[in-house]
This record gives sequence, structure tokens and C-alpha cells, in this order.
Amino acid sequence: MSIIYFLIGCSVLLALLFLGAFFWAQRTGQNDDLYTPSMRVLLEDEQPEEKESDRNHF
Amino acid sequence: MTGTKPAVKINCYHCGDICETNLYLADNKQFCCQGCQNVYQILSVSGLCSYYQYNDHPGATRGKLDKRFEYLEEPSIVDELLDFHDDRISIITLYIPHIHCSSCLWLLEQLNRFDPGVHYARVDFLKKQLVVRFDHQKISLRGVVELLFNIGYEPLISLQDIIKKQQKAEKGNLVQRIAVAGFCFGNVMLLSFPEYLGLSVFEQTFRHFFGYINLAFTLPVVFFSGREYFTSAWNNLRKKVLNIDFPLALGIAVLFIRTAAEVLTQTGAGFADTLCGLVFFLLVGKFVQQKTYHHISFERDYRSFFPVAVQTLENGVEKPLPLSELRPGHRILIRHNEIIPADAILLKGQALIDFSFVTGESVPVGKTLGEIIYAGGRQTSESVELEVIKPVSQSYLTQLWNNEAFTRKQDNRMRTFNETVSKYFTVVLVVIALSALLAWVFTDLRRGIDAFTAVLIVACPCALALSTPFTMSAALSIFDRNLFYLKNTAVVEELAKIDTIVLDKTGTITTGNGRNAELQSQLSEEQVRLIYSACANSMHPLSRMICRYFGEQERLPVNDYTEAPGQGITARVNGRELRIGSGKLLFGNYHEAADMTRVQLMIDGQYLGYFGFKHEYRQGMDQVSALEPAYQLFLLSGDQDQERSELLRFFRDSNRMLFGQSPQQKLNFIASVQQLGKKVMMLGDGLNDSGALRQSDLGVAVTDNVNNFSPGSDAILDGRSFDKLPTFLRFSKDTVVIIHLSFLISLTYNIIGLTYAVTGKLSPLIAAVLMPLSTATIISFTTLATHFTAKRRKLL
Repeated sequence: MSIIYFLIGCSVLLALLFLGAFFWAQRTGQNDDLYTPSMRVLLEDEQPEEKESDRNHF
Repeated sequence: MTGTKPAVKINCYHCGDICETNLYLADNKQFCCQGCQNVYQILSVSGLCSYYQYNDHPGATRGKLDKRFEYLEEPSIVDELLDFHDDRISIITLYIPHIHCSSCLWLLEQLNRFDPGVHYARVDFLKKQLVVRFDHQKISLRGVVELLFNIGYEPLISLQDIIKKQQKAEKGNLVQRIAVAGFCFGNVMLLSFPEYLGLSVFEQTFRHFFGYINLAFTLPVVFFSGREYFTSAWNNLRKKVLNIDFPLALGIAVLFIRTAAEVLTQTGAGFADTLCGLVFFLLVGKFVQQKTYHHISFERDYRSFFPVAVQTLENGVEKPLPLSELRPGHRILIRHNEIIPADAILLKGQALIDFSFVTGESVPVGKTLGEIIYAGGRQTSESVELEVIKPVSQSYLTQLWNNEAFTRKQDNRMRTFNETVSKYFTVVLVVIALSALLAWVFTDLRRGIDAFTAVLIVACPCALALSTPFTMSAALSIFDRNLFYLKNTAVVEELAKIDTIVLDKTGTITTGNGRNAELQSQLSEEQVRLIYSACANSMHPLSRMICRYFGEQERLPVNDYTEAPGQGITARVNGRELRIGSGKLLFGNYHEAADMTRVQLMIDGQYLGYFGFKHEYRQGMDQVSALEPAYQLFLLSGDQDQERSELLRFFRDSNRMLFGQSPQQKLNFIASVQQLGKKVMMLGDGLNDSGALRQSDLGVAVTDNVNNFSPGSDAILDGRSFDKLPTFLRFSKDTVVIIHLSFLISLTYNIIGLTYAVTGKLSPLIAAVLMPLSTATIISFTTLATHFTAKRRKLL
């Protein structure tokens, strides 16, 4: 049963890792704007490459 | 006949306004003005016409064409505006009021396709902000701003941007504290499971091990996440105020001390899970309360109304000058649509000033040479030259703003139910705890201490602290959805207490520019065309309304066109002589009728009649006046009493209407009503109301465009929702009832818990079940109840 000491150590370490990741995300401003990205994904990227391919045909 | 023919209304491809002429055509698309056409052409040249695919008419109308941004080359101003810069790149955050749809988002993020100097642009949709990173060796800040202006997204750069900087950093910290508390809460719950389920004698060593780990987890919760409760309670105690933070801090402290004592003496498991859960839920409640709507700015002073710089003339040479350096004697040049920043004398040009910021009245006022023009007016005709007579800080407007009465302390103006209750709550709590201690202390000391701490733990007003923020923020989002924006949650409770409503007239109960045009004349089709052609040349709002009234007409060539400010138009159209405007212009000496604004019409010396412009009252004025028995309604207007008889149908009697009030008089009136013990809500829109708005218990700014300037207030009401005002008042009362009910629920839980606690037999298990259960009940009750009542009031 002593393995529990080790397991708890592992789980706490893992949890701390996630906490650290959250802090990092917070510091770098990833949670500053939670609304705009949801709109951004709906916009299509236009393909400027199309023109280049047109050019290749000539 | 009236001469109007059913013209086909065509909407501008760019902005969606009705096109009054067919002059502006490009690619078979019609535009309402040169500005809109220009924007379209810029976009089509850059191949960015997908802009129009995402939404119909996404653009903003572009009445004004020239706009000067020279001041953005002034290094001192640039330095203040930039967020960051080094020798290669600069980063700036710009506020762009027009951002409103996905097209805007798409176009603004493609900014680099207009100019390779722009590295990238990112939109924050809710805050209507654009962050641009650009290479300042390739494109200057002025270039970026001009580019944005050209594509129809004029950034709003005001003096406030320069003066006040950085106000956040608070909220981020709260999120981190919640994260830590949540992290510890989760782990402690897991490690407490053996305690709940029981351990065999063989596994007793684990009990101590788990205990020590739990204790270690409570340390960051108490000293990092919960620290603020201690400091707040201590600060309030020193000010001899008992607020809700005191019982909370007491609860946290007792929980922690008892946990530490039990774990270290190995006599029990303590209440580590309750402690972590408590702090976690409390912080979440605080976060919910703080998360008010930051996309509208409520704290505005005169600085946010003023531009950053002004063009000065020195020996005939124009030079931009930061506003702070403007001194009396400077000659300034104010162009079309610019704001006059300081009291000044008109030296040259035709001034037609729109004082809607100051008075709420949007019809421009003509000024003659040598007249003093007060700060805050917006020039609506051509550019004028002025000489400054007072520095910005001493102008009439600024003085009004800085008036002592206007800037009284806002502290403790709003006393919430929570604050009132928590005072008594704390006293009762301490009394119960002490009597439990006294009851046991002589028979069994250990049990007495147990009972004492248990009372403080169980009665810790977690639910009380949570019910208000959750109810209020649910209510706030419902108001928000109905275009009524409140500054914070305390405003909802204040709204429920109101018994007197004071309304400003112009711009508040009358709509800003939508006046009813009424033609009192018989015109032939030819006459209609003549008048239309003359009026189409003018940017005066009344001329625009006449054009709109006629719809689209053929435009005839216009000669000898002159427009006298405040008077009207004289012009020769198709060889006929037209005079359109005031009676003074047409007949020389003329006494204007007071009941409405009239535009007289004359062709070739023959009087034809007039256009009457009546104030249009806001929709819903009838509903608002129906509030009368329950609420006292007053009218407080800066105008003269021309409309007294007409307004009588809204207000009970003539004594309830006060006309010709100065800003100071408005403020005094509110104060005098308050002295009678009334709770006053003031609705106003102009800067002249700002004193009254602040004096009142609840100041509401009514505006037709929320992103426009409006005076600092507790709430902003969109004009479109004016008719819902009675519903809002009723709903706010419902919300307060919900808070009272949730308080009752929390009290019930407390009484159940206390019966265990006073006997000194509170086990960690009961505490661990009871506390989160009460929290969950309260949160779900308030959220559901608020939504239910909102539905019943038809606000959802």
C-alpha cells in the first residue's frame, strides 16, 4: 500500500503542472478575449493563390 | 396634391441608408454619398469585396470626407498612444466604435493587405478594439489611422486615451486566486474521501498522511486566495463598519485554525475540504459580480468628449497642438464636424454649432462673428477660425464638470440589501457562538470550544454572499439583452427603490434627430423638384429631412447658392429664384411662431407655405406616463415652455414641469426632492444633465447610439427600449424579491446546521455536505428564478 504515497505525489505533481499551464495561459493573455475567436472561425480564408494559378495557365 | 411621388427607395450598398440621389454609382451599385462610394472603391481595388458577403450593408455612412490626423505625427502624442514600440515595430490599441458584425472583423483583420507595413491586426469584438502591429518605418501611426478612416472605421482617439492608462490587472489576479482555490479544493476533496468512507485500523497511518497533505493545501487557499477577506474585514473594522467580509473572514480563520489544530494534534481530520470549497465558491461569486459589461464606458468626463489635438494658426501656418498646451490667445481652426475644445470667439467663417453634447438639442445654432462659442459644441458647416479666450481647464463646460457639487463622492451612495443585512447577521452570529461556548464551557471545555467553532463554521454566510451576485448578474444580462446597460449589480437594487422619476426633455423624451416633417403647402411636381435640388446642396439637418421627405427626385442645376447660417438657403434653380428658410430670410422682419420649427418656402417671390418640424416624442412615452400613481413623474427641461400644453398629456399637472432650467438648477431640484425622502431616478442625455444625473440616486443616460458619447451615469438606456422602462422597474423589484427569498433559503440551511453546531457535534462530514449543498441550491434557485421572472415580464 505504500505505493499510495508515490501515486499521490504523482497526481499532485500532474495537477500542479496543469495549474502552471493555466497560469501561463492567463499571463500571455489567452483568456482576454473569449468571444472574437468564435466569430473568427466562421470566416473563410480567401485564397490569393488562385490568381497565381491563373497566371500559370497563361 | 402634395407633390410627392412614390419613389423607389434604394438602399446604399455600403451602409444601407436610403439613397437620396442616384449620383453615386460604381459597378452597378448605388451609394448614398461620396464617402460610401470611396470606401467601396478602396475595397474593390484591394480585392476585399468579400466584406459585403458576410452581411448586408456592413459599412458606416460617411457623411464627412475630410478629417485631419496631422496631430498623430506629434511625437509626444504618439508616445502616449502606443502600447509598445522599439526601433522596428509599434503596437497600438485603437477603439473603433463602428465594429458591429463579422464583416468588420474580417476586414479589419485583413488590414495587412492594404498596406504591407502592417504586420497584423487583431479585433476584440466585445471591447470594439483593434490591436495593430506595424512597422513604423514603412507606415506611420497617422498612416494606419488614415487607412482605417478611409475604409470607414474611424478610430476614436480622445484625450482620455492619453490621460488615463492601464486600469486592469485587478481581474487577472482574481482569476488566478480562483484557479488556486479550485485546484486545492479538488485535491482536498479527493484526499478526504477515506475520511468520509472510513479507514480500517490497519490504515491509520494514511489518515495522518492525508491530514498533513490537506493542511498543506489549505495554506495557499487561506494565505493567497482568501487573503483579501482578511484585509477587507480588518479595514472595515477599523472604519467601524461591519460588512459581510467580517463573518466570512471569521469563518475562514476558524476553519483553518481548527483544521490545523486537529491535524497537528492528530485528533481529527479538520474541515480542509469545507474551507477550500468555501473560499472557491466565494471567489467565484466575486468574479461573477465583477464581470460586468466592460464594452460600454460609464465613467466619462469632459476629456473623453474632446479631441487630442487642435489645429492652431500661427502667422497663417497651420500646426497641430496638443490640447493641454492650448492657451488663451491662440488662434484655432475648427473644421467640419470638429469639437470646439475651449471657450473661444468666432473670428472668421460661418459657425453652425451643434450643441447636442451640452444641451441634448441637436439642431445646430448659428453664431455670428465676434460671438463667444462655448466649449463642447460641434461645428457642422465649413471650417471656422476662433480665438481662444479661456484655457481648456477653465472653460464653461469643464467648470460645469469640475463643479464641487457635480463631483461629490460616490462612496456609499448605494447601500445594498447585503450590506444592511450582514451587519445584523454578524452580531447575531457572534452572540449565538458565544452563548454556545458559555453553555458548555462549565460542563465540558472541549465540547464548548467545539460548539463555538462549529457555529462560526456552519453559519459562515457563504450563501448570503453568493445570492446577490448571482441574482444580480443574471438580472444584469437580461437588462443588457434589452438594451438597458447597468454599471454594476448594485444599480439593480437601487432601481427597485426608486419612487420618483425625473425626465429631461430634449433628446430624452424627444428623439434626437427624428422629427416629423409636415408639409403645409400645395406644391406642383416642378416646385418639388426645385426645392429638392436646392436642399440637396445643404448638409443642414432640416434640409436633409426635407430631401428625405420628398424621396428621390431629379436634380436640377443650381446657381448662386448661398446658405446663411441659422437662416436658410437662397439659390437660383433652373432660372427660378428660391428662398428656403426662416421667416426672417423671406420677409425681413418676422415673428416666428413658437410651437414648432418652420422652414418657409418661397419661389420667385411667391410665398408657398412651410414645412413644420415637430418634436417627435419617444415611443413608449404613454407607457412611462402611465407609471404615475406608483411613481411621481417630473419634467426638467433646459428649453423654454413652448410645448407645455402638448406635454400635459404625459405629466399630471403643470407644476410637474419645469422649463428653462440651468444645469445647476437641475441639480438643485433633484437635491430638493431627495430632501423630501424620495428616491430619484434621473433620465437625461446631454452634458447639461450630468450634474443632475450624478446628484440623483440613479442616473440614466438615454441615447440613440450607445457608443456615442453620453454623460457619465449609472446606466445607459438605448432609446429603442425607452418603452420598456416600466417593465424594467417591475423586473428590478422582482429581482430584489428573489434575493430575499434566496436569503431565506440560506437562513434555513443555517438553522439546520446550527442545531448540530450548538451541540458541539458537527462532524466534518455534515459540514462537507451541508455547505456545498446550500451553495448549489442558492445558485440554481437564483438563476432559474431570475430567468423565469424575466420570461414572465417578457424580457426574454
